[in-house]
Amino acid sequence: MSVPVRTLFFAAYRDHFGVSELDVELAAGATVADLVSELRGRGAPFDVLPAEPAVAVNHHYAFLDEPLGAGDEVAFIPPVAGG
Amino acid sequence: MTRSDLSQAELHRYARHIALPEVGLEGQARLKAGKVLCVGAGGLGSPLSLYLAAAGVGTLGIVDFDTVDTSNLQRQILHGTEDVGRSKLDSAADRLRSVNPHVEVIRHEVRLSAQNACDILSGYDVVVDGTDNFPTRYLVNDACVLLGKPNVYGSVFRWEGQVSVFGTKGGPCYRCLFREPPPPGLVPNCAEGGVLGVLPGIIGSMQAMETIKLLLGQGNSLAGRLLIFDALEMTWREVGLRRNPNCPVCGDTPTQTGLIDYELFCGIRGDDDAREVDGAAPIGRMTAAALAETMSGGHAPFLLDVREPWEWAVSNLAGHGARLIPLAELEARIGEVPRGRPIVVYCRSGQRSLNAARRLAVAGFGPISNLEGGILSWAQDVEPGLPVV
Ligand SMILES: [Zn+2]
Repeated sequence: MSVPVRTLFFAAYRDHFGVSELDVELAAGATVADLVSELRGRGAPFDVLPAEPAVAVNHHYAFLDEPLGAGDEVAFIPPVAGG
Repeated sequence: MTRSDLSQAELHRYARHIALPEVGLEGQARLKAGKVLCVGAGGLGSPLSLYLAAAGVGTLGIVDFDTVDTSNLQRQILHGTEDVGRSKLDSAADRLRSVNPHVEVIRHEVRLSAQNACDILSGYDVVVDGTDNFPTRYLVNDACVLLGKPNVYGSVFRWEGQVSVFGTKGGPCYRCLFREPPPPGLVPNCAEGGVLGVLPGIIGSMQAMETIKLLLGQGNSLAGRLLIFDALEMTWREVGLRRNPNCPVCGDTPTQTGLIDYELFCGIRGDDDAREVDGAAPIGRMTAAALAETMSGGHAPFLLDVREPWEWAVSNLAGHGARLIPLAELEARIGEVPRGRPIVVYCRSGQRSLNAARRLAVAGFGPISNLEGGILSWAQDVEPGLPVV
């Protein structure tokens, strides 16, 4: 059984990837780390994603080992430096 | 605190504050006793310092070493047209004194560094991060955690902004959120990526509000929450944060107990420009002077400009054979880049071009060099008088 999750990209990530949303199918039992490596494994432009990006699952900051469930919303929070 | 802390003139000035039950005479006296350090007198620092001064925060320190440029004025409302060319601190001090003569403005005309940060920050109750670059953000964060000072964080990019409060007791820090800095080139700065002028006005005002709440000890602070603002959609997204027990600076067993070299940490300087590029040609680093010498020697490399068309329109190196392919179009137009010929990539300051150089290296082009410091260095070292933005 696969786990569909909805990923969101903001700011520099959206500009760099050219998309603001992406539906990704993960294997059952997948964690945030699995999602990150799935995306990075797609190559350019997703390969610029850090190995430990800031991620919010359903509006709460999540560590890499957090398990993902069907329908979870995973937001990638880009670092922003401008002032 | 007693009423005697505030003069008649101050009581009159702050009447609308004092009328608030959450402020009152005691709260206003707390603001007067408060010492706040604004790091940066730019887009965020402008609304921030103006509101904190107007609110009667008694001691306002400002760190900046820049001078006012015409291109600042679209968002940096602390400075006026007549201030162009002046130091930002001179301009800020004059303006803030005019807003509220009861406030003491302390000037720190230095670049904040690992050597001076703790000395400067230790004199303040709250630090507000309004800088415009990653190394200083990590530096401010780490210094605040080490000193136990709250760090009111804000940052902006194009139409989007972030606000939070880091470094409070038990709360998360910037490093809990952003464990590692982004690869150079992923996140353009405001000069390269642009920023809508009102945006830092909104985010900086939120920082001013959080700072005042911290000084008053009122309300719920943003500690443990990150707000992400999208001005185009006009939405705020709230993300619950938590302290990372494995955080290298604020975790249960910190692995970093002092300040480090933040430029190196952020990959802005150092000899590891070619890291991460498996099996690809290493990326050379070329200074403007070296490029000028190479070209005068008749060995013209393929000169690739990866800036935006509007930047190219202001000035470019077309006279030296440069071609424009904006970074975002590089993937689609990679066929326009010649193979088997030396390539030198440049942008404004050398960040975007490093990103482009890495992509070209991965795609098998080469040999590739990055023009260090971009066209800014070229204008400074080789072609004085070249207009650059
Ligand atoms: Zn931390």
